[in-house]
Amino acid sequence: MEALNIVIRGIFIDNMIFAYFLGMCSFLAVSKKVSTAFGLGLAVICVLTITVPVNWIINENILKEGSLAWMGEAYEAIDLTFMQFIIFIAVIAAMVQLVEMVIEKVSPALYGSLGIFLPLIAVNCAILGSSLFMVQRDYNLVEATAYGFGSGSGFFFAIIALAAIREKLKYSNVPDGLRGLGLTMLITGLMGLAFKSFIGIVL
Amino acid sequence: MSTETLEQEEAVLIKEKPSEPFLSKRRKKFISDPLIDDNPISIQVLGICSALAVTVKMEPTLTMAIAVTAVIVFSNLIISLIRDFIPNRIRIIVQLAIIAALVTLVSEILKAYYYDMFKVLGAYVGLIITNCIVMGRLEAFAMANKPYDSILDGLGSGFGYAWIILVVAFFRELLGSGSIFDFKIFAAIGWSGFPTNGLMVDSIGAFMILGILIWIQRSKTGYVEAH
Repeated sequence: MEALNIVIRGIFIDNMIFAYFLGMCSFLAVSKKVSTAFGLGLAVICVLTITVPVNWIINENILKEGSLAWMGEAYEAIDLTFMQFIIFIAVIAAMVQLVEMVIEKVSPALYGSLGIFLPLIAVNCAILGSSLFMVQRDYNLVEATAYGFGSGSGFFFAIIALAAIREKLKYSNVPDGLRGLGLTMLITGLMGLAFKSFIGIVL
Repeated sequence: MSTETLEQEEAVLIKEKPSEPFLSKRRKKFISDPLIDDNPISIQVLGICSALAVTVKMEPTLTMAIAVTAVIVFSNLIISLIRDFIPNRIRIIVQLAIIAALVTLVSEILKAYYYDMFKVLGAYVGLIITNCIVMGRLEAFAMANKPYDSILDGLGSGFGYAWIILVVAFFRELLGSGSIFDFKIFAAIGWSGFPTNGLMVDSIGAFMILGILIWIQRSKTGYVEAH
């Protein structure tokens, strides 16, 4: 039940985009068409559901203060927390490579449409951000997996909703300076306002 | 003296160009371009995440701006120094490793000297790694240019990033908390009943202010995004 709660929170209340501004770069760049947005959203869910638990295991067994105790008493005092950033980003880069290979094999069409954005998931703040938040919030393994899936799904819904709105916007007459990024920012703000109405949902 | 050596001497003379001034016109452009015409946030659409997340108050924003500028400058310098030795296929990993090492350094320094600020910024210090501006400058500039030029380019991009997030933070703190750098400005001028707007502290205010700022900035530069 706790895990389900975390998933719901990740999607509606602590949404990666609307509450923490993570993954904005790809959120803005890939939201011109629903079909590409759909693909990227799926890829983000996959990568997040894998990397967050993997990083949890690494953090819990290697990086945390005193977590090397399983290697013997001499290692008990070691604190490798400062290595967190480098290790996490390395795990993410490796996982993205893996997902990229799988997608290329399973669905060449999706691979073609994602193009450059697939390797760029490695530098998507939403992925690294989820791992760092996971550490801050002291989840256990099941909760960490649920958190990865939930925040990935939150990104997925947000980017599809924005892409659908932007497809319609193509036909409207927008002032020159506001066209593109400016208007997208304002729309994201309005969407965030709508998502605020979910605050307080607890299962 | 044979003609051959004369020719060689001539070739050497031609190679020795007059050294460029410390801040030549070409180099000044590296700094001035990203400020307005080619701003990393409002024109190139990079590094938006952290631009919004830390801008609730001026003080953390200033810290963040300094941290990001430092990381861009030093990663640009390092990559530019070793650019000829990086195999093309693994350059992304090399860049990520260098950025991650620098960010770790920044976060350790913050932890040691400004622990309160470190607590406020939290995970967003680590997220400098995935700030697209850093990676973008490495790919677009440092991989192909000399170290000194790369430092200037890094400074320019850092300043371009800094002024945008400082403006956003100014309005968010002023309207959301009624203060500037935690100084209660409305209470000081005797208007203590100033109605602060909760939306400004929230994410929505950040989206709105940045959207409007981009609108104004793009109208001035005349930049129009293609469909």
